[in-house]
Amino acid sequence: MLAMALALATTGGGYLLVLAVIVPVIGMLLSLVVGGRHAERIAFALMPAGLGLALAIAIEVWVTGQPLVYILGGWPPPLGIALRADGFSAVMLVTAALVIAAAGYFARGGFATPPGVAEKRAPLAFWTLLQGLWAALAVVFLGGDLFNLYVALELLTFAAVPLVCLDGRPETLAAALRYLLFALFGSVLYLLGAALLYGTYGTLDIVLLADRTAAEPLVAPAVGFAAGLMTAGLLAKTALFPLHLWLPPAHANAPPPASAVLSALVVKASFFLIVRLWFDVMPGLASAAVTTLLAALGAAAILFGSVLALRQARLKLLIAYSTVAQIGYLFLMFPLAIGGHPWSAEAWSGGVMQTLSHAFAKAAMFLAAGVVYEQLGHDRIAELRGIGRAMPMAIFAFGLGGLSLMGLPPSGGFAAKWLLMQASVESGQWAWAVVMLVGGLLAGGYVYRVVAPALDRATVALKAPASRRREAVALALALGAVLLGFAPPEFFDLLQIGRPVAMAALR
Amino acid sequence: MSAAILAGLTGAALVGLGLYGLLTDPHPLRKILAFNILGSGVFLLFGIIARKGAAAGFAADPVPQAMVITGIVVAFSATALAVTLLLRLFQETRRATLEPDAPAKTPDAGVDG
Repeated sequence: MLAMALALATTGGGYLLVLAVIVPVIGMLLSLVVGGRHAERIAFALMPAGLGLALAIAIEVWVTGQPLVYILGGWPPPLGIALRADGFSAVMLVTAALVIAAAGYFARGGFATPPGVAEKRAPLAFWTLLQGLWAALAVVFLGGDLFNLYVALELLTFAAVPLVCLDGRPETLAAALRYLLFALFGSVLYLLGAALLYGTYGTLDIVLLADRTAAEPLVAPAVGFAAGLMTAGLLAKTALFPLHLWLPPAHANAPPPASAVLSALVVKASFFLIVRLWFDVMPGLASAAVTTLLAALGAAAILFGSVLALRQARLKLLIAYSTVAQIGYLFLMFPLAIGGHPWSAEAWSGGVMQTLSHAFAKAAMFLAAGVVYEQLGHDRIAELRGIGRAMPMAIFAFGLGGLSLMGLPPSGGFAAKWLLMQASVESGQWAWAVVMLVGGLLAGGYVYRVVAPALDRATVALKAPASRRREAVALALALGAVLLGFAPPEFFDLLQIGRPVAMAALR
Repeated sequence: MSAAILAGLTGAALVGLGLYGLLTDPHPLRKILAFNILGSGVFLLFGIIARKGAAAGFAADPVPQAMVITGIVVAFSATALAVTLLLRLFQETRRATLEPDAPAKTPDAGVDG
């Protein structure tokens, strides 16, 4: 009851949550007003502020040991809307701020308009969309109301889809349209589910819903149906196998900084909501059948995505299919982390760790591929021999990112997969551990396909001079993925704050 | 048959029609239309739920009505974005279909790097 009361009133530091949403929105609106020539400067002025806010939220959550809450306009739910930040939200906010800042720094100059030249649409679009995407991500991570989250997801889609087709080539337009149609299909299913939930329980506030579903779990068949619809819709947006068809063309054809943000963060937003739905809103409904189905789809995604990544001829498509595979790992946490078993906390940490480390590793790999593309004028894997000498940092970044995807120490990916594997062994669900091992081997295969020829002795003809700054950005992100492997125990304590079962044990 | 049940059945029929169109029709423009039909069904459902006054025992619950208004704005923007993309695709390629699967096949022939 105490936790209930806490979740329905603004806590100290709650204003930080509002600022975290407003700062990127201000940037987006200002950029629209002042135009593409100055949009970049505005973005760079606000990125440190956003990162600082995200860090402040994480510290506040960690220090108080309780989720932060802000009740908008002083109207408590069910009438009003709450913003809430638990440990998972806080680390996702920090990751989003870091990856977006890195992608922005990578893009610096790429969308610049020299003085005296007529302004084009791409710079304005890129910087406003990037900040719009950031704002939408913040709402997704902080939103406490399922309808509010629907709006946030749609905003995210509207920012992400045009990023895919910034250069206006026909194939990118087709990829963007396909992405949009999948996303709309997903969001309308989610909305239908939300309507049914509201009809049954009379609220869409996550904490109130959790309370009411716990009191009367299956009050109507509509609830199970709603959960199914919402999950299916979110799976389409997360691109979990077999709903992944839109992802490879969209992520592989976008400009490199956009690909990095899409693969690292945007697909995680809908995954984040699936976690919210099953762990926070209706844990009582998450039967073994449901969680096993999600994990089985995840296992299929790991095998299918990795094998397809092995067969790609283009570097960016290889990385995109690897995203399909790595998304699969995220869903292995469902049968392992649900409930209050001794291994649940471990599996939860593993799942969150996989979300974070994949974000850093994949962003690094897409940016590294962007450097390769920029300098060679193509990204055909068969013709990458010897590029390691021309762009050592980019290839090193790609390799380090790959290390995390494979799950080799020291890296965040290793910590994630180790925790998940331990949980699967302790819980007696061996099959998932086997899938993870096979997935790691396959990941090793596709990373080797790129890194081995790159390190060959051969001369390559470069189309453009190497940009050390861009290589360094990719490398910094890859080092972030490695550093996660050295996370101290306090970090894992932070991840547990707000986890429903963990909080129940505290009470 | 009461008005609410009639509205509910209409909503369900719209959802079914829209879902069928969205899943089976390969043409993007028809998919966009199907999305709108499906959306209308969902909004109708929200209307009925408002009528039920499930939340606080009002004669008509205002919260779902607010949600419908927001939902309509979102669906309108989504439709505008989708139609714009489709129009641009048509201008560039003189076709308004997503078949054949072009995106993966022609990566870098004559493209600015």
